[in-house]
Amino acid sequence: MPLLEVNNLRVDLPVEAGTLHAVRGIDFHVERGEMLCLVGESGCGKSMTSLALMGLLPRKARLTADRLQFDGIDLTMLSERRRSDLRGARMSMIFQEPMTALNPAYTLGNQLCEGLIRHRGVSRQEARERAIYLLERVGISAAKDRLNQYPHQLSGGLRQRVMIAMALMCEPDLIIADEPTTALDVTIQAQILRLLRELQQEFGTAVIFITHDLGVVARIADRVAVMYAGEVIESAPTPALYANPAHPYTRGLLSCIPAPGKTPPGSRLQAIPGVVPSLVGHVEGCAFRNRCPQAQPTCERTPPLMSLSGDHRARCHYADRPVPAPRPPETIS
Amino acid sequence: MNAQPITEVAESRPLPSDSASVSRAVTPALELCGLSKTFTLGGGLFKRGRTLGAVSNVSLRIPRGQVMGLVGESGCGKSTLAKMLLGLTTPSDGDVLVDGRPVRGADQKALARHIQPIFQDPYSSLNPRKRIAQIVGLPLRVHGIGTPREQAAHVAETLDVVGLPRRAAEQFPGQLSGGQRQRVAIARALVMRPDIVICDEPTSALDVSVQAQILNLLLDLKAEFGLTYLFISHDLAVVEHLVDRVAVMYLGRIVEEGTREQIFGSPRHPYTRALLDSALTPEPGLGVPDIGLGDATPDPSDPPAGCAFHPRCPKAQATCRQQRPRLEDIRGDNARVACHLA
Ligand SMILES: Nc1ncnc2c1ncn2[C@@H]1O[C@H](COP(=O)(O)OP(=O)(O)OP(=O)(O)O)[C@@H](O)[C@H]1O
Ligand SMILES: Nc1ncnc2c1ncn2[C@@H]1O[C@H](COP(=O)(O)OP(=O)(O)OP(=O)(O)O)[C@@H](O)[C@H]1O
Ligand code: SF4
Ligand SMILES: [Mg+2]
Ligand SMILES: [Mg+2]
Repeated sequence: MPLLEVNNLRVDLPVEAGTLHAVRGIDFHVERGEMLCLVGESGCGKSMTSLALMGLLPRKARLTADRLQFDGIDLTMLSERRRSDLRGARMSMIFQEPMTALNPAYTLGNQLCEGLIRHRGVSRQEARERAIYLLERVGISAAKDRLNQYPHQLSGGLRQRVMIAMALMCEPDLIIADEPTTALDVTIQAQILRLLRELQQEFGTAVIFITHDLGVVARIADRVAVMYAGEVIESAPTPALYANPAHPYTRGLLSCIPAPGKTPPGSRLQAIPGVVPSLVGHVEGCAFRNRCPQAQPTCERTPPLMSLSGDHRARCHYADRPVPAPRPPETIS
Repeated sequence: MNAQPITEVAESRPLPSDSASVSRAVTPALELCGLSKTFTLGGGLFKRGRTLGAVSNVSLRIPRGQVMGLVGESGCGKSTLAKMLLGLTTPSDGDVLVDGRPVRGADQKALARHIQPIFQDPYSSLNPRKRIAQIVGLPLRVHGIGTPREQAAHVAETLDVVGLPRRAAEQFPGQLSGGQRQRVAIARALVMRPDIVICDEPTSALDVSVQAQILNLLLDLKAEFGLTYLFISHDLAVVEHLVDRVAVMYLGRIVEEGTREQIFGSPRHPYTRALLDSALTPEPGLGVPDIGLGDATPDPSDPPAGCAFHPRCPKAQATCRQQRPRLEDIRGDNARVACHLA
């Protein structure tokens, strides 16, 4: 049984113009100890998905799911109190901007230890020892002194390390990391990602890692789920996704970033013309068809989730068939 | 396309110190000579503020029609440098030469014809209450170039050049996508027909599927108008794709500068190497490299003595802690590096 199973998860938000379908029936699962990357462009529903899993959606949002199960527990049926216990003890979250999660008024020691004392009932002394151990593990020097420091006394990179240590305090089964390195410099990002991957393997923690960076995904993910307009349009083990992307959107994404050594410098890049459709109201057919270079009349019907080889799935009418004759190439506009 | 009207006007109002003796072939389009900017932080009536050297003694030449990439981590001074080139910030020291003529004391209007910016954020840099035609035409009105009819025709042409539909002229920024808004920002820069464009992270607020369109556009414009670019970006793959030369900055100083092949093919400064190693290309199976850098990110108002990179440098020696390495063309191959061990 997977650690987390999600079937037909939907998140609707009331907006002025009607109902915004931010997450439109997505399916995925996470195995124990696995790193699943959720990728997709701005507004495709990555954060809404993670907030739905954590039980932290905005109050006005409406969640429905055929199945939302964490280690056999039906998350949709939990009381707010049990949900909150689960959140502290067995699922934790790392945010993009650590200052949104760290309280500027409390020392790092207090914030690191609080959860462990509350959820696991350990003594303050034991909690401090674990905090020091984890701060050292995430590469923070003089860990003992740091416990008395306040968040603003640390650099962005150090704060993100503290967040990782904090997420690991209760030895959770699942960590959801929502773009944890997007705000950092590339050198710091590489260090943090390496660390997260090491710790994840050491503690056997499952991680859902949210990002829009296909470079990051390639280097850290065991499996990938690609989102577009509120849907998972393709999911696969990482090597399969990069070697044989089956959905035209995934193919487009992979070919529009310059690949050093492959894309000749100064050459034209492949672009995906057009824009994402509005998610307010009902979306008919394939949500990508207004931008898809191979769209056919069939695409006005909603494509099924096609099973390809192994654990590789794609939501496209032509995922398992040869590509029909392409339309004439689009010019930039 | 036909750029006639503007060229004519520009010709009739030359830069104040225009001199025929300056050969356009050898003079770099843009030259920075010992450029520095110091900010004063805090301070008060009886307390002296601390100083922060955001940009320190930067010298750089950008040949006409070339793209110079500028990379380096957050806060290293890239945007401050860009603002000095545009005349938006006064240098504390040093000079900027555009076409061999100093910008200091030059007429802002004349300068605006030569050099224009494209900034990062297509959302906040456009006035939400103005129509696209007004936004793009503003520089022409401000500088009193052409009659209203000529201006309108020129705006329409420029919208064509950047690939915006003509109907966009009557729309407001809020009605356009992020990529379209960045095209508006590019149109606004190009409407003056500058020869130099300063791009400060022009695509970093955009999704990758849109970024490719804008990069293609910048390349097309360069080919068509022979533009010279300074291209600031965090994305090394994009920089490698676009530039002829690259300058790498660390804590306000250029630490290495050379051709694309020199920098990406055989980087010599340890910071450049770390930067390149940190770039995660989309190749599964390679994992995340161990770049062997400490994360002792320095305080720019209290930079380390000697080589500013030494606290993080895996190769640092005693000399590195004491003496600042000079940016020099050590091998005579027209590439410069500031490292005692290079
Ligand atoms: N509080 C809210 N009220 C209404 N709509 C919202 C709210 N938060 C997000 N949305 C909308 O829900 C959709 C999904 O947003 P979400 O934040 O999940 O995107 P994302 O994939 O995380 O994007 P990003 O990469 O920009 O973080 C978007 O269309 C967004 O505009
Ligand atoms: N007006 C100002 N007053 C004081 N300090 C400033 C001012 N503008 C910039 N700085 C400081 O100067 C340094 C360089 O800033 P700058 O914005 O040029 O960096 P950058 O390389 O563009 O960074 P980023 O990649 O984050 O855009 C930073 O330490 C910054 O805090
Ligand atoms: S001078 Fe020394 S510290 Fe600076 S980069 Fe070179 S080796 Fe490193
Ligand atoms: Mg998000
Ligand atoms: Mg900047």
